[in-house]
Amino acid sequence: MTFIRKHRLFTHLMLMAGALVMLYPLLWMVSSSFKPASIIFSEPGIIPSQLTLDNYTHGWTALGTPFSQFYLNSFTIVALVVFGNVVTCSLTAYAFARLNFRFKKVWFTLMLGTIMLPGHVTLIPTYVLFNQLGWLNSFLPLTVPSFFSTSAFFVFLMVQFIRGIPRDLDDAASVDGANSFQIYWYIILPLSTPALITTAIFSFIWEWDNFFTHLLYINSISLFTVPLGLRTFIDATGESSYGPLFAMSVLSLIPVFMFFIGAQRWLVEGISTTGFKG
Amino acid sequence: MRRIHSLFTGSATKKPAANQNLVAYIFMTPWLIGFLVFTVGPILISLYLSFTRYDLFTSPEWTAFSNYERLFMRDSRFATSLAVTAKYVLFSVPLRLIFALMVALVLNRGIRGLSIYRAIYYLPSLLGGSIAISILWRQVFGLRGLVNQVLAIVGIEGQSWIAEPSTALYTLILLGVWQFGSPMIIFLAGLKQIPQELYEASQIDGANKPQQFFKITLPLLTPIIFFNLIMQMVGSFQAFTPSFIITGGGPIDSTLFYTLYLYQQGFVNFRMGYAASLAWVLLVIIAIFTAIAFLSSRYWVYYEDSDR
Repeated sequence: MTFIRKHRLFTHLMLMAGALVMLYPLLWMVSSSFKPASIIFSEPGIIPSQLTLDNYTHGWTALGTPFSQFYLNSFTIVALVVFGNVVTCSLTAYAFARLNFRFKKVWFTLMLGTIMLPGHVTLIPTYVLFNQLGWLNSFLPLTVPSFFSTSAFFVFLMVQFIRGIPRDLDDAASVDGANSFQIYWYIILPLSTPALITTAIFSFIWEWDNFFTHLLYINSISLFTVPLGLRTFIDATGESSYGPLFAMSVLSLIPVFMFFIGAQRWLVEGISTTGFKG
Repeated sequence: MRRIHSLFTGSATKKPAANQNLVAYIFMTPWLIGFLVFTVGPILISLYLSFTRYDLFTSPEWTAFSNYERLFMRDSRFATSLAVTAKYVLFSVPLRLIFALMVALVLNRGIRGLSIYRAIYYLPSLLGGSIAISILWRQVFGLRGLVNQVLAIVGIEGQSWIAEPSTALYTLILLGVWQFGSPMIIFLAGLKQIPQELYEASQIDGANKPQQFFKITLPLLTPIIFFNLIMQMVGSFQAFTPSFIITGGGPIDSTLFYTLYLYQQGFVNFRMGYAASLAWVLLVIIAIFTAIAFLSSRYWVYYEDSDR
């Protein structure tokens, strides 16, 4: 008995040590963002010996254009992407999960194939297309594709979810004279709320952290998103101002961290049921 | 497990009712347009562009196989970026999966505070892809960074880990391994699905813990391991941000990720045709690795529905 108890204690100690190692860099960044520049490079501890808010006030306006503008831009893009994904992916998923139509199996296989397709293969022609449309240096290249359910991952997530809704409900409604659009609107859509929420949350987090396409398509600082602002910050200041850089980095993590605190159930279920990265 | 497995097999379809065709295609319209305009079209055009010289401003000029010839015969940076990426994938993916599995196994032993531990170990993979974390890594492994500050306490004078060609790539691999949280959660979900009776029955038969692990847990988990392996591999081949932000591909190209090289060719040098051929080579490489995994799976992946 005591052996088992000791064993348990040992497991807990190992897990806690591991957790500390995992979290230490994050905690240290948060702590350093409140330290005066002079001690960031000399104080590996987490509890700051001197506290200051200067990093935050300096960092916020260090690039000329304040970070509030970058946040506004990021939130605008993210809101549009979330909306586009939720609406169009659920339409597609309903067709795949519930309706029978010609070539369904072919389309479904192709759709799943796009999940594993490296984005770089479509990158150059897509860039050329947006260039010819005159969309470079605008939010359009970043938001319009999401209105065409291009995120196969979310289509798959919703297909899986809708398949789990009892078909009896559809059948009953259909006996009462409901057509497919009514069944979608009055039955499937309300019942798939959990999948819609998961989609919204992951869309938010991934687009919030999205960097590569923002880097490609946006050039003017007034249109910069938060990741682009941070990147410019490093290039502009380099090693000299890690304090403000850390402060702005910490702020940029807050929206995702809020989801982590408030919506962990959705995150864990979303990953568990579809088995994708998070 | 069957749910995840269905990703690779598709679903059975019944005979379509004729009147549903139109309705279904109305629901499918956004996806179909998106699929043609943003996926199929660009794939084909990118194949065409890979046989041309194209700078975005003048029209593409057909050069047949010269891009590919240059890639494989004369471009040493291509070879470097391929080697760097291969090393990154070969180290970070297995390590990430091993950590994910080990922690999931420990957490699955009915430990108290499971949800707290799970949350803490998951957090890095949720935040890790962001620019903020790349900035953090840049400082932590820099000359006066956190790692060297800690080493200084025990009297070791560290170097700049990201400025030293022999260690730079390992700091990026470490960043990748640090994010083992999401495969861990998938493993946890898979472990929960293993019927408890199997362990009880084997215990009656006198099986010890290692035997249970190798005869029950591991075989039943192989579909999940397979799935995680494929997804992590495909994702790791396309990693970009760490290389771009933390090291910029240096020092002396020691962290030149394939995608970073593609970006430089396409969007810094405006060699769009050449970048398209790089993209197609990447597609083929990923396809080959995925095919190898699929072909080998029949020898090591255990399927419940043993019709395979």
